[in-house]
This record gives sequence, C-alpha cells and structure tokens, in this order.
Amino acid sequence: MDLAFIIALDVLNGAASLVLLCLGLAIIFGMMRVINLAHGEFVMLGAYATVISANAGLNIWIAMLVVAPLFVGVVGIVIERCLIRFLYGRLVDTMLATWGLSLLIVGLVTTLYGNTIKGVPTPLGGFSVGAYKSSYYTLFLAAVALVMLALVYVVMRRTRFGLVARATMQNPGMAATLGVNPSRIYMMSFGIGAAITGLAGGLLAPVSGVVPTMGAAYVAKAFITVVGGGSAILAGTASASGLFGLINQLGSYFTTPVFGEVILFISAIILIRILPQGISGRFFKGSL
Amino acid sequence: MTRFAGRPLLNWAALAAAVAALIAVPEFVEIFTLMQFTLFAAMGVLALSLGFIWGYGGILSFGQTAFFGLGGYAYAVSVINLGDSTGAIGIAIALPAVFAAILGYFVFYGRISDVYLGVITLTVTLILFNVVNATAGDEYRIGAAALGGFNGMPSVPTFNMPGNPSMVLDPTQGWYATGGALIFVYVALRLLLRSPFGRIAVAVRENEVRASLLGYDPRLIKLGVFVVGGAVAGLGGALYVNWGAFVSPTIFALSLSAEIIIWVTVGGLGTLIGPVVGCFMIQYLDSQIGTQQTFNSNLALGAILIVFVLLLPQGLIPTLRTLAGRAIAAPSRTAAKTTVAERPAEARQ
Repeated sequence: MDLAFIIALDVLNGAASLVLLCLGLAIIFGMMRVINLAHGEFVMLGAYATVISANAGLNIWIAMLVVAPLFVGVVGIVIERCLIRFLYGRLVDTMLATWGLSLLIVGLVTTLYGNTIKGVPTPLGGFSVGAYKSSYYTLFLAAVALVMLALVYVVMRRTRFGLVARATMQNPGMAATLGVNPSRIYMMSFGIGAAITGLAGGLLAPVSGVVPTMGAAYVAKAFITVVGGGSAILAGTASASGLFGLINQLGSYFTTPVFGEVILFISAIILIRILPQGISGRFFKGSL
Repeated sequence: MTRFAGRPLLNWAALAAAVAALIAVPEFVEIFTLMQFTLFAAMGVLALSLGFIWGYGGILSFGQTAFFGLGGYAYAVSVINLGDSTGAIGIAIALPAVFAAILGYFVFYGRISDVYLGVITLTVTLILFNVVNATAGDEYRIGAAALGGFNGMPSVPTFNMPGNPSMVLDPTQGWYATGGALIFVYVALRLLLRSPFGRIAVAVRENEVRASLLGYDPRLIKLGVFVVGGAVAGLGGALYVNWGAFVSPTIFALSLSAEIIIWVTVGGLGTLIGPVVGCFMIQYLDSQIGTQQTFNSNLALGAILIVFVLLLPQGLIPTLRTLAGRAIAAPSRTAAKTTVAERPAEARQ
C-alpha cells in the first residue's frame, strides 16, 4: 500500500515536471509553429539564474519563482527580435537556427561559468510513508504545474490578450486586418513561452544537476511530449505529460531508469505513428 | 548538377585531381596530420550521407548518427568475432541499411510529415545512446565482443588487407583506404543521381504529389534514398572506428548529429561536394579551437550556424557557383545588351 502510494507520487512528480517543461514549448510551437530546439537551453538558463542569484544571497523562493522566469522571458524576447522573427514560416530554417542558438548558449555559459557550478539544496523537508521517504518539494512541483495550467487557461480564455493571441494563432492575416499587430503578439507569446520555460528551469534547479549541457536531456523529452500532445496547448500538454510521465515512472520502476526512458521514447514513437495529429488531434478537438 | 553533367571532361579532371591528392598527401605531411586527414575523410563519408538524403531526397534526419554509430558498433563487434575486417565492413554497411529500411518503412509508409520525421530520428538516436550506454557488465556481450556500456570497446582491430587478417594496414594505407572510400562514395552517389532512380528522387523532393501523379511511389523512393543514406553512414562509422580503434556510445551523441547538419548547411545543401567541404572546414576549425582555451568550440559552431541560416542560407558552394556563374555571364550579358540596343526595332518584335 505504502509502495503504491510512493509510486503514485513518483508518477505525479514525473507528469508535473513534464507539464512544466513542455508548457512553454507548447505555447511557442502551438502559436507560431516554431520548433525551438534551444528550449533545453532556456531551461538551463532558468536553472543558472536561480542558482546564481540564490548563491548571491537572494531568497531561494524569489530566485526560483521571480528571477528565473523574468530573466529567461527577457532573453526570449531579445532572441525573438534578433533571430526568430526573420524566420517565421521557414520551419526547417528555424530548427537549424535555434539549434545553432542552443550551441551558442551552451558555449557562452561554459565560457562564463565553467563546466560546473555549486547547486542549491532542495527546499522544504521530507516526509515518510511507512518505510519510504518522499519530499514535500514533489507536492510543491505538482501544485505549481496545476497553477500554471490554470493560469494559462484563464489568460487564454478570459482576457483580451488571450482572445487576440488565439485569433492571431488561427489566422494572422485576418487578425492584422482587424487592427492587431501579429508581430507584437508573436514577440509576447515567445516571451511568455520562454518565461514559463525559465520557471521550469528554476524549479528543477534544486532537484537536477545544473551544468551547461543539462538542456540536452530535456529538449527531446519536451519535444516528443508536445508533438505527442498535438495542437491543443493545454489539453495536449496535460494529457501527453500525464501519459508519458506514467509510462516513464512505471517503466523505471519495473526495469531501470535508463530503460524507463527507452520505453518512454519507444511508446512516443508508436503514439506519433498511430496518432499523427497527437492526442488532442483525436480526442480533444477544438479544446484549448 | 545538370549544368556540370554536360562537362564530362571537367568531371574526369576533378576526379583525377582528387585521386592524385589522395596518393600525394602521405609524401608531404607528418604522420599526425595524416591521421587527422584520415579522420576528416571518415567524417566526410558521414557528411555525404546526410548531404545525399537531405539535399536530394528532402529528408532531414536529425539522427544520422544512429546509422553512423550502428555501423561503428557493427564493425567493432563483427571484427572481434570474425578476426577479419573484410566481412566486418560489409556487416557495418548492411546492418545500418537494414535498420534504415525498417525505420524508413515505419516513417514513410505512415505518411509522417517532415517535422515529425526529425523528432523520430532524434528520438531513435537517443534510444540507441541510452541502450548502448546501459550495456556495461559482462552479461552484455555478442560472441567474443563485450559491449562495455559507457566505457566503450577499446582496442578494436583495425582494417587488414582483404581476406588476409595477418596483414594489418599501417596509417598510410589506412589513409588510402579511408580517402579512397570517400572518393568512391562520392562518385557512386553522383552516378546514382544520374540514374533514373536519382532523377525520380529529385522529382519527389521537388513535388511529391506531382511525382505520384506521374506514377511513381514517393514512399518507396524516399525509403530507397533513406536506406542508401543509412548504408553510407554505416560505412562512415566503420571508417571512424578503424581510425581510432575505439568505439563508445558518444558516437550516438546529439552533438555529433548537430555537427553533421552544420557541415551540410555551411557547405551547401543540394550539392555533394558542399557537405564534404563543410565537413573539412568545420573540423579543421574545431581542432584549431581545441588548441586554445579562451573560448568554447560550441560558441563558434553555434554562431557559424546562425550566421549561415540568416545570411547565407544556400551555403558556400552554391553561393560560389552563383558568383562564378555571374562573373562568367556578365561580359556576355553586356555584349547581348549592346546588340539589343543597336537593333531596337528587332528586339521589340
């Protein structure tokens, strides 16, 4: 019983991390059809922002929840203005340029801070269930993931910006005719996507190894989750994260963590083959 | 391509120059430089494989290293078991080709679009990396060959004379074999592109619907291109393992996948010589950057890729060709203009 509870917690943790990791990518991919291969490096930048400001004496919570998203959001807007906006509609070129960008960021961070950096301890304590131990931080991650999903839903459905953004997503030409500036909407959406990714990086900083190349571990996972989820930003991300989180954790439990990942990747490939439109293309048509 | 197909003499001259360079190089350079050139040539084969499937088949594979790595491991495992590199090289070509056929069937016959193809090839490479990385320990061995997990397989026997395991090639002969393989693959791909299959492949790249309306099956053609690419990459893997006598899971690494794409982008998509030129240049640059400590090679590679995508999206070779074409065409065009100006009445008719 205790074991089942702990495994359930692990699954929750896996799904929550995936939601946090993918939401920003889903917004950028879903809104602009831009595949951002520097996504993993945005996560890394968020983690670095957190670690550096926390080590400089800032409160860890402020470092994670405020500094990381703000910093990466600004970086995202700068990148959109200097690079991405010249490449809209050229899918392959965007992938190449963002891949170049990811190498550039890794190189830059390595040059500035070297190959390792002092990490931050995991805040909040642990609790035990029978013979097993878990940490409150897991529950906190899950809560933040839920809040982020709710927040994106409210912004997209209930605010003027959300309405304009959804209109631009559906038909940029028509939106421009009605007086919207699509270029500005793209810039802001990219910034928001980057900020959410930075937040994910900040939140994952205490529980993962913070090194310049850490992004590579995330980009493929985030990528397949977004593609597996399909075009609906929220329903797709949430369902694919849940499914893949479950598969990954159960696979890791019954075999080894390495083969858990392998099982995750294989099931993702099969999913893409069966549902080329993603989960939301089949089951949640028309949802957000 | 077509422009140069009409100039067989020039092609023969270029081929002769390449062979002459292959033979002459060991006379002029130190052994260390020769080994470096051998590495460049092995990587050049890998560059050709992506240049072929991406430039002529329109298939952007983010995981060409999957076939490269499979070829490397297939060579290492079979040469340890067979004791003779002749058959091992054949296996190193055949196994990735079969793997490409299975993966390609899955992808192309599932009508999965381009972006998803990139995702799937990337994912497959990661799977291979993870699986091979986890094979440390004595229970993971194929015949006499222990896979070694993340430690890799040390002291893999290098190439020997065909059919004669006791005659191991020395570095100079290794250079001849590797450089010769590069030239051979280049020529073979050029010939393949001139065959009906190559022409149909280019037609499919240009317009899949039109090609299928003309009665060709784009899925089959793309699968064929993908398999050829896989086989060539596998050969590259065998050459690479022969160069270092060592293979480890980093052969599947994403950074290498990224680097191949940079070679092709820099050299020029849609040519065969471009990827090889790009490969040589970037690798030379990489080795030069490695000799100093001030900045990181990732930084330079990333900046180069961004600059090329934004400012020179065609790549070096096509741009040079356009410039050369313009330089040749310019005088004749001025001549044509004056004739038109002199005879305005005729020109208008």
